[in-house]
Amino acid sequence: MWLSAPYPVLVVAASGVILQVNDAARLLLTTAAPGVPLADAAPGWLARAHGRSGAARTSGPDTGPVAGPVPGPVPGPVPGPVPGPVPGPVPGPVPGPVRGTIGERTFEARPVPSGQGLAWWLIDHTEHELTERTLRTERERTAFLDEASNELLSTLNLDRCMEATARLAVRHLADAALVITPRAGHKHPVAYCGPQGTVVREDLAIDPRLVPGLAEALQGFPPVPSRWIDPSTAPGWLAREGLGAVGSMVVTALPGHGVPAGALVLLRGAGQAGFSEGEEVFARLFATRAGAAMSAARLYAEQTAITETLMRELLPPKTKDLNGVELAARYRPARDTEFVGGDFYDLHQATDDGDESLVVLGDVCGKGLEAAVLTGKIRNTLQALLPMAGDHQRVLGLLNGVLLSGDRSRFVTLVLASVRRSAGRVALRLTSAGHAPPLIVRADGRVEAARTKGTLIGMLDDITSVTDTVTLEPGDTCLLYTDGVTEAVGGPLGNEMFGEQRLCEELEQCGGMPPEALAERVHMLMGQWIGGGDHDDMAVIAITAPRRAHLSAVGGQGPGRFTA
Amino acid sequence: MIEGAGPEELEAWTGKMWNAALAGDEYAAADAAMTVLDSGITMESLLLDVIASVQARVGREWAANRITVAEEHTATAVNERVIAALAHHPTARDRARTQPRRGRITVACIDGEWHAMPARLLAEVLRLRGWHVDYLGAQVPTPHLIAHLHRTDTDLVALSSSIATRLPDAHAAITACQATGTPVLVGGAAFGADGRHARLLGADAWATDARQAAGHLSGGPPPRPSPGRQAIDDLPHLGDQEYTLITRSAAELVRHVMGELERHIPEMAGYTARQRRHTAEDIAHIVSFLGAAVYLDSPELFGDFLTWTAAILTARGVPAATLLPALTLLGDRLSDFPRATLMLQHGRDALSASDDHPARPARPAHGKPA
Repeated sequence: MWLSAPYPVLVVAASGVILQVNDAARLLLTTAAPGVPLADAAPGWLARAHGRSGAARTSGPDTGPVAGPVPGPVPGPVPGPVPGPVPGPVPGPVPGPVRGTIGERTFEARPVPSGQGLAWWLIDHTEHELTERTLRTERERTAFLDEASNELLSTLNLDRCMEATARLAVRHLADAALVITPRAGHKHPVAYCGPQGTVVREDLAIDPRLVPGLAEALQGFPPVPSRWIDPSTAPGWLAREGLGAVGSMVVTALPGHGVPAGALVLLRGAGQAGFSEGEEVFARLFATRAGAAMSAARLYAEQTAITETLMRELLPPKTKDLNGVELAARYRPARDTEFVGGDFYDLHQATDDGDESLVVLGDVCGKGLEAAVLTGKIRNTLQALLPMAGDHQRVLGLLNGVLLSGDRSRFVTLVLASVRRSAGRVALRLTSAGHAPPLIVRADGRVEAARTKGTLIGMLDDITSVTDTVTLEPGDTCLLYTDGVTEAVGGPLGNEMFGEQRLCEELEQCGGMPPEALAERVHMLMGQWIGGGDHDDMAVIAITAPRRAHLSAVGGQGPGRFTA
Repeated sequence: MIEGAGPEELEAWTGKMWNAALAGDEYAAADAAMTVLDSGITMESLLLDVIASVQARVGREWAANRITVAEEHTATAVNERVIAALAHHPTARDRARTQPRRGRITVACIDGEWHAMPARLLAEVLRLRGWHVDYLGAQVPTPHLIAHLHRTDTDLVALSSSIATRLPDAHAAITACQATGTPVLVGGAAFGADGRHARLLGADAWATDARQAAGHLSGGPPPRPSPGRQAIDDLPHLGDQEYTLITRSAAELVRHVMGELERHIPEMAGYTARQRRHTAEDIAHIVSFLGAAVYLDSPELFGDFLTWTAAILTARGVPAATLLPALTLLGDRLSDFPRATLMLQHGRDALSASDDHPARPARPAHGKPA
């Protein structure tokens, strides 16, 4: 029956001589015929497998190179007889199946006991192995792309993206890799990863035209096939120490948003196989992802830089001493993701010690960036009105006029505080325009509200206000705050408003504190009060008459030496 | 342990600086600091053996009710100013300049963490040891922290948290940093005396203090973590939703317990508004610590908090026994939550045990129910 089987079958005696051959086997092994030794008619791997089988046990164990039993999926490409030698004798009288090549095809030989010897059924495994190999490659590539996406998506930092790209390329595609981005100034930012997997990030003054295809890749031209690139032309910044002679090289563009994000150069040592066409295609697939990640990172960096530049004008100023008056401020925007909002403050230091400095705290309607832009306009206007700061009513009147001339839906409440140090005390002129009056926290813990009130700005044609004058003795503090503080909702019961009463009670515990401690205390109480809940913008400024002589009076002793 | 100075000498300096800080006298404190340096003590030793000791004493004295809130804040502010002045001292600048350049480290406090001093000291010490440090300060919202990591190529984030109730937020911050591929070192009392919570929350490293942290990093930062982990992967018990439900209904729980207490304890009718508020705040603290304990599945965390609170209340002349009825009322309300019920039982046991042996109020992982 097996004589007509579509599979090649050879019956071989224990002695190794072929007993019977079917038609299919004759087509495959043309010299195979009854009486011919198997070793003469079939590849060595089959003859050796037969020699090791129970049928041939009398000849003793075979110690030469053998074709092993089929060990599941075969790793790696198939060069000649597969798989590699597997030590150990095959137990039992009938060995397991073995694999090997005949001509250009791979066969699995399965032994079946048959009368006088062993019948070897040869099953063509070429397609199967190809499928297995393709599947394995695909799986590895999918796992790699997954790993690459994970790593590239995790960061929006361009340097990190470049480093990750080079490292990933070396882990999976090449012996060394170089990521290069378009010139910034006179130099090209470069990330190089060597065979050890260590990445160096540098800025190099190099000419990409020295590498075939690199200048083109950086300009977004179609890739130059790897086989056209002579690896010996690689300059020293590319073919670095540790890699040895370069055997092959791939240059691929890192596609970006319309313009190339950069280029990726893959290098393999002289001893390694060159890049196949499939590998070049796959390298481009990886480069697409890396390029997208790098472009996103670049875009983020550009946007951040723009935002920072524009925001700089809107951010609250750094606090400092105002001619011997201590001052501290805290700001918390309504949304934790933002840095600015509708509350603002500004400090205008007097040029001479004896003159008044001006402190402004205000609150425009609205929240977020839009409100912040309005605060910027108001701060600019107030800056221009500084020469008139001796007359708060005049400043407020002019500001009112400016706001009324624009969009009428925008208004602001604010407090002006003119501050002057004299003889250890601080003289304050405080004017509220629709804003909560400042609180005076005396060193002994008494708390009183300044007697000032006035109309808010930007709503009515005629506005009025009353200015209060207050003297701070050493250790006294004047606290300016916005209604985000007193109107904060939360507390242990979750639904209470913080309120002015509670603020005063808390401030009674704060007598004599330095201003940053007091501002921090209020800021912290608010943080605890609102918990994780919603809140409005909050701003506080503490203005304090120092308890001791100012730095300049210390006479070169103490911290003044280093803080000047 | 300390170069060039014996413990007695350091103690003497600490005493001097403590007095200056308490008096709010930054010049006296700064003068003392300069003299310490002139006497040959290193900048690092001044920061960690003198100033850190002063700050630790601030915490102890406050807990024992020997200083007021105002004094506590004042002393801290003086210490901050002294550290700021020291950063400009030639020794610090030269030291930072001559050290080999290392990587870049971001130092920040967890959102809701107000005690910035330990993080500040770490930042200064790392600078002295040659790191490029970005110090972001107290209570940094996690989105700001992550935006900073994207802008800068940071090798490590060092996060500080002293209060255990911030641990769920700390966990969010740790995983968010690691999702950017940045390793995280944590420190502060919140993570437990043996760092157990740091391990539980998947931090890449933990240190008890700035010196140990700097030592850990002397061989370079830990390897970059692979991204793709979420909070639930570290703490599978969160799937029972107890933490979510307790945290979401925290205010309602406090209101319920307050209402019941007023019904059951006649003396409460005579409470002033202030006393009433303090009671409500104490209960809110209990609920938030309960939430943190459920989050970490750590009854000890809850028990430790209660014994610590009992000591704080005792120091302020408030009988700690008032905590027990609150626990019972919470237990009634949370009887459907098996893990919370266990925590509350553990808390009651811990309180009863500490009644016999009052704990010293030295534990810093506190909630400041003041």
